Amino acid sequence: MYKILLAGFGGQGILFAGKQLATAGMKADKNVTWLPSYGPEMRGGTCNCSVIVSDTEIGSPLVDNPNIFLCFNLPSYYKFESKVEKDGIMICDSSLISEKSKRTDIKALYIPATELADKAGLSGKANVVILGYLIKASKMFDYDFFKQLMVDSIKEKKPALAEANEKALVLGYNYEG
Amino acid sequence: MVVFDKPKALTDTPFHYCPGCTHGIVHRLVAEAIDELGCEGRTVGVAPVGCSVFAYNYFNCDMIEAAHGRAPAVATGVKRAMPDNIVFTYQGDGDLAAIGTAETVHSAARGENITIIFINNAIYGMTGGQMAPTTLPGQVSTTSPYGRDPKIQGTPLKICEMLSTLDGTTFAQRVAVDSVAHIKEAKKAIKKGFEIQNNKQGFSIIEVLSSCPTNWGKTPEQALEWIRTDMIPYYPLGVYKDKTAKEDK
Amino acid sequence: MSKVLMKGNEVIAEAAIKAGCRLYFGYPITPQTEISETLAKRMPKIGGLCLQAESEIAAINMVLGAASTGNRVLTSSSSPGLSLKSEGVSYIVGSDLPCVIVNVQRGGPGLGGIQPSQADYFQATKALGHGDMHIIVLAPAHVQEIADITMEAFDLADIYRTPVMILADGALGQMMEPVDFESHKSREIPEKTWACNGHQGGRVHNIVNSLYIQPDELEDIVNERFKRYEYIKEHEVKSEEYLTEDADIVIVSFGITSRIAKTAIDRARSEGIKVGLLRPITVWPFPEKAILKLTETAKAFLSLELNKGQMVDDVKLATQFKRPVEFYGRTGGMLPSVDEVYNKIVEMNKTYGRN
Repeated sequence: MYKILLAGFGGQGILFAGKQLATAGMKADKNVTWLPSYGPEMRGGTCNCSVIVSDTEIGSPLVDNPNIFLCFNLPSYYKFESKVEKDGIMICDSSLISEKSKRTDIKALYIPATELADKAGLSGKANVVILGYLIKASKMFDYDFFKQLMVDSIKEKKPALAEANEKALVLGYNYEG
Repeated sequence: MVVFDKPKALTDTPFHYCPGCTHGIVHRLVAEAIDELGCEGRTVGVAPVGCSVFAYNYFNCDMIEAAHGRAPAVATGVKRAMPDNIVFTYQGDGDLAAIGTAETVHSAARGENITIIFINNAIYGMTGGQMAPTTLPGQVSTTSPYGRDPKIQGTPLKICEMLSTLDGTTFAQRVAVDSVAHIKEAKKAIKKGFEIQNNKQGFSIIEVLSSCPTNWGKTPEQALEWIRTDMIPYYPLGVYKDKTAKEDK
Repeated sequence: MSKVLMKGNEVIAEAAIKAGCRLYFGYPITPQTEISETLAKRMPKIGGLCLQAESEIAAINMVLGAASTGNRVLTSSSSPGLSLKSEGVSYIVGSDLPCVIVNVQRGGPGLGGIQPSQADYFQATKALGHGDMHIIVLAPAHVQEIADITMEAFDLADIYRTPVMILADGALGQMMEPVDFESHKSREIPEKTWACNGHQGGRVHNIVNSLYIQPDELEDIVNERFKRYEYIKEHEVKSEEYLTEDADIVIVSFGITSRIAKTAIDRARSEGIKVGLLRPITVWPFPEKAILKLTETAKAFLSLELNKGQMVDDVKLATQFKRPVEFYGRTGGMLPSVDEVYNKIVEMNKTYGRN
C-alpha cells in the first residue's frame, strides 16, 4: 500500500500532482483515495494532499505517516519529515529546502526541481519534475504507462499544456542526483 | 341576460373574513381574471401566512400554502419547474413587506414570470392589529399604541415605488378597493398582471390598498373613507412601472 | 461505463442528474460549493435548472414550490445553512413533499469552521425543524456510496413523501475516489396524484399545505405520518458490519470516521484484539436492532464521532443499557488519527477484552 503525502504551498500544483498519482492507481485497477487539505484561501496558504494507492480496500483516507512523502517547501519539511514511515521514501525540492534529513531509516532524496524546471523553460512545473523522479525512485507505476496517462488527461482539458508537462516528467525521470 | 354569478375559479367554501373586510372583493377580482383568461386548469396559487392564509380553500385552482413571507420563493420553485403554468401569490403586508422582503425583492430582480397580489391594509390583521411595515406614521396599532413614531419605529415601505426601480420588474401598479370606480381599475390591473405573465413578459405586482375595519376600530364605511383620506395620500394610486407599454410603442 | 475519479461533492451533483433531478436551488457555502458549481455547468445543457437563491431560506422554499409540482428537486448546504433551511424543512415535512437535502457538515456552533464535522447529528436526526417530525438521514462513507445513496435518496423521498437528507462532511465532499453510476437499481415510484401542476379541469384542485387549525385533524395527520415512520423503521434501516461476529468491542461510527475506525481495527486485529465495526448507513432510522443483537456477543461499545458525543445517546438506547458504551470524538473540524482510535481500542480492551 502506497500512503503518499504531498505538501507545500498552494499554487505549487500539489493537488494536481496528487491527482495524477490517484488516477494512475485507478487505471492500474487499484483502490485509490485523494484527500486534500482545504482552507479559506485559494492561493498561497499551506496545502497538502493525501493519496492512497492500495490492493485492498482503503479505510482511512488520511495519511498520517506516509511511506512516500513529496515535500515542496521548508515548513512542510519541518512538519512531516519525522512522520515518514520507516523504509519510506522522502523526495524534497532542494531548490526550496536547504535542510538534509539525518534519518537513516528512510530513503531521503533531493532534486532541485524548481531550478531544473526554470532552466528548461518549464516554470511552475516543479511538481511534475518531482513526479518523474518519484516514478523512477519508487517504481510504483510503469513509466510509459504513467506518462501516457498524464499526457492524455491534460490533452483532454488543456491541450496546450500537455507538451510542457511531458517534458517536465522526462526531466525528473532522467535526473541523476 | 347577464346574471351575477360566482366566478368558476372560486370554490363554494364560504369566506371566513370579517364583516367589511375587502379580501373577499380582491379574491373575486383574481378569480374573474383567471376565468376570463380561461387558465384555471393550469394555474397554481400560493397562499401566505396572514388573514388570507386559507386562500387555498377558496381558489379553485391548485394551491400551495407557504411559510410566512416565502410565497415568492415558493412561486419561483413552481414556475421554474413548470414555466407554462400561471403562478400567482396572494400576500399581505406583513408577509410581503416585512418577513418576506428579501423574497419579494429578489423574485422581482430575477424577473420571475409570476404575478403577486399584494394586500396593503397597513396592519397585521390575523394576529390582532399589530404594527405592519406599511402602518402609517401616527397610526395607532396594538404595538404602536401611541401612534407609529418614525423616530422609533421607522417609516413605512412603499413597495410599488421600490420595486419599480428594479430592472427585473415588468409591471407594478397600486390600486384600491374603496369605491366602485377603484374596484373596476383594480380588476383591470389584476387582469393585466395575469396577461403579462401569460405572455411570458415577466414579473408583475399589483398592490391593493385594502380595509381592515376590525383592527382599525372603524365601521366598514369609515374604513373605506380612511383609505381615501389617509392611505391614498401616503400611497398614491397609479402605474409605477409598465415595461409592456414601452414595448407596445 | 468505466470508473472515473471524482470528488464527493461532484458525485452528489452527477448522481442527482442520473436520478432524474433537473431542479436545484442553493446558496454558496464552503465546503459544499462544488455541488452547485457542477450543477451550474451541467443543468443548462440537459434542460435543467440550477438557481442560486438570495438566501438559504429562499432556496428551501423554492424547493418546496418545485417539489409541489411533483418534480425531483435538490438543495445542498453546510451546517450554518441548514439552520436557516430548518424552517422550510419543517413545512416540507408538514406538506408531505419529497425532496433531497444535502448537508456537507463543517464545525460549529455559529460560523464555526470549514473543516469536517459530524456535529449536526442531533439537528439532522432529532430536530431539523419545529414540530413532531423526522426525515430520513443517510450517511455515506465513501464516494461510490455517495453516488448510490444520492440516487436512492430520490427514490426514498418519492416513495415516502418525505425530505431525505444526505449527511456528509467536508472530508467526504472534498475527497476523490473512483466511482461509477451504473450500479443503482431504481425502485418503483408511486404516481404523484397530489402534485400542484394544474388540474386541467380534470380533477378537484390539489392543495399542498401544512396548516390544520383543528387539533384533532392535525393529530390524525401527524399520527398518519408517524405510521409511515414506523414502516420506514421496519423496512429501510441500513448498516454495515465489519468483523463483529467475535468482537469484544464494537465501534459504532458513520461517515468519514468509520473509515478511520476500520484502519484502526485492522491494526488492533493484527495484534489479536477482537474489535469490530458497526457502521450506520441510515442514521435515521437508526440501526437499533443490529446494535441490540450485538449486545449478545460484544462486551462493550465505542461511539466514534466528529463531535462531543451525540450519536452515543442513540447507541446507549439501542443497547438498552445492557453493555457499557464509551465515547471518543474530536470536534471543531479535527479528525482523529488512526493512532488515537487504536489507543482507545487498546485501552478499552484492557477492561473488556478477552485477549
